[in-house]
Amino acid sequence: MKLRLSALTPQIALLPTWLIVVFAYVGTVIWSIRISFSSSRMLPEGDFVGLKSYERLFSTQRWVVSVENVAIFGVIFIVGALVLGFFLAVMLDQRIKAESLFRTIFLYPYAMSFVVTGLAWQWILNPSLGLQQMMHNFGWTSFTFDWLARGDRAIYLVAFAGIWQASGLVMAILLAGLRGIDEDLWKAAKIDGIPTWRVYLHIVIPLLGGMFATALVLLAAAVVKVYDLVVAMTGGGPGISTEVPAKFVIDYLFDRQNIALATSASTVMFLAVLFVLGPILYRQYIHNNGRAA
Amino acid sequence: MRLSHHLALLGTALACLATPVQAAEKAEVLHWWTSGSESAAVNEFKKAFNAAGGEWTDAAVAGGGGETARAVGINRIIGGNPTTAMQFNTSQQFYELIDKGLLQTLDDVAAKDNWAKVINPVIYSAVSKNGHVYAAPVNIHSNVWLWFSPAALKKAGVEAPKTWDDLFKDLDALKKAGIIPLAQSGDAWTQNLTFMNVLIGAGGPELYLKIFKDRDVNAIKSPEFKKVADILAKMRDYLDEGMQGRQWNQAISLVITGQAGFNFMGDWAKGEVVVAGKVPGTDVGCIPGLGKSSYWIGGDVFVFPKQKDAGALKAQELLAHVLLSPETQVAFNNKKGSAPVRADVDTSTMDACGKQGVALLGSGAFVPGSDMLVNPDVAGQLNDLAGTFFSDKSKTAADFVDGLAKIVSSQ
Repeated sequence: MKLRLSALTPQIALLPTWLIVVFAYVGTVIWSIRISFSSSRMLPEGDFVGLKSYERLFSTQRWVVSVENVAIFGVIFIVGALVLGFFLAVMLDQRIKAESLFRTIFLYPYAMSFVVTGLAWQWILNPSLGLQQMMHNFGWTSFTFDWLARGDRAIYLVAFAGIWQASGLVMAILLAGLRGIDEDLWKAAKIDGIPTWRVYLHIVIPLLGGMFATALVLLAAAVVKVYDLVVAMTGGGPGISTEVPAKFVIDYLFDRQNIALATSASTVMFLAVLFVLGPILYRQYIHNNGRAA
Repeated sequence: MRLSHHLALLGTALACLATPVQAAEKAEVLHWWTSGSESAAVNEFKKAFNAAGGEWTDAAVAGGGGETARAVGINRIIGGNPTTAMQFNTSQQFYELIDKGLLQTLDDVAAKDNWAKVINPVIYSAVSKNGHVYAAPVNIHSNVWLWFSPAALKKAGVEAPKTWDDLFKDLDALKKAGIIPLAQSGDAWTQNLTFMNVLIGAGGPELYLKIFKDRDVNAIKSPEFKKVADILAKMRDYLDEGMQGRQWNQAISLVITGQAGFNFMGDWAKGEVVVAGKVPGTDVGCIPGLGKSSYWIGGDVFVFPKQKDAGALKAQELLAHVLLSPETQVAFNNKKGSAPVRADVDTSTMDACGKQGVALLGSGAFVPGSDMLVNPDVAGQLNDLAGTFFSDKSKTAADFVDGLAKIVSSQ
């Protein structure tokens, strides 16, 4: 009896957490999915119209553009932040002077919100206010850099601003990993006469696998929910050329009063996240448990 | 000792709670008027309501287009804790609340104050549904104005335009003179306003109504509409690179300072003109619909959500009565830069542009704004269409026609 109670105690202590998880997270997810099959506009309806709003979703140009954009943004942002962050970490790992100063500088952008990042880069890249105008004022009048005003290029600048912000975080994670690598490995490699770049490529990077996975998960989550950066930097424009799925959901949920369409879009996002992130998280879970055993 | 002390405190607290209930009809009013001129205007409502024996509690939620404020208000209605009154645009935004039976009818006040007679007919029909009145309209805005800088036009050696051909001649001259010909904002909703401007001015009110009221796809495929789309397409050659990321107030201020020639914007641009110490109509010219002048009616209303407390109805009716009273209408609209919804009030204190608008309203040259004719979903799609067309020159006039036909026919 006594034993049973003590086994029960942690479960009772966890009960509020379980209730929150079940009702606030799982419950609302299920409810959202349910709404996406109804004919709801401003207010939730209880009827069932099948896949109607999904049909409309995929025939809406803005959604198609949003999905393309999040793919472009995602690839450039993740690859860019990982590569740049890795190089910054390697450079800082060369026992340079004033390392903590550089570390702070590189990590600092991450302390800013995406809104600040977006606004600052919007001003810098605005053709009539920022970089281009400055070059014109210096007398280099043939200088053109108007990507922010071009529908076919603006999304790359959004990704660039994202990299600027997030690569410091990747650097910090990988630097911690680099510091954890055994000195003897380096010594052994030196004795064998292996060039430094090969040590990094074939020994260090594989050893940092877990660190890269952590950074990847954090960056991927930022890609899925990217909203504030776009709102602050381009407002989705020029036209609809830098729209992203999260902004589509918010716009239809509130301003455009079509919550069936908004929830069907968020359901698609949810499924996409499950398919992409699920295996990564699962692998990490196995990995961690395996190590613990 | 301690008990009596507590009791005394409790007594004071109760007295504090009880006093205002006896004193006045309380009203919590949710709105999104937070800019300088807007809050000065809403203060006129507050003053009038308090003077009439009410107690105004301000529940302002910032955000230019009011999306945030509407989201808050709707959530409070669904959650069972609605405000006494809540702002909407004069549009279909609140029709679903009516259908769900969540709004109080104002039939009694409307009958007593004779709203059907004194209020502009377009506005009156926008606030009535199924024979009942559901909202108190407070102002009339027109989104369809062309603003110009007489100084910039003079520098370029041209006159204010009378026709669309004139406009393009002026734009060419401005371009040659090194002045931004057409200063626009990069926001999609402003480009939709520009589209409406061209549609009303070049296409005319009949074409506009055929498309958005009758949902006539043949009207979109007509040569008249082709002309509208061609004008829009041509206009893109006169925009400057700084358009992206520019807000509407920055665009109009380029016109105010003479750095740009023209800007398409609603009559709230007047607020910026006045703040800059200039006079609308002389320092900054205004044209309500170039070519076929017409007043494109929009504005704001207050709805009154049904309350659990029966006593709240009295406060709601008092508020509706005060909002529409002639004196409040003039005081509010002079500060807001809009026109009163009543035709029977004194408009002599309005500026030159405002008088042009009132004259159009008086002569019957007006149409309901597109937000009254289409639901917010369609309105959003129109923004996407206009925004894409303005920023992407590879889209042809024919693409624009097809895009609009698709939106209108899907309804």
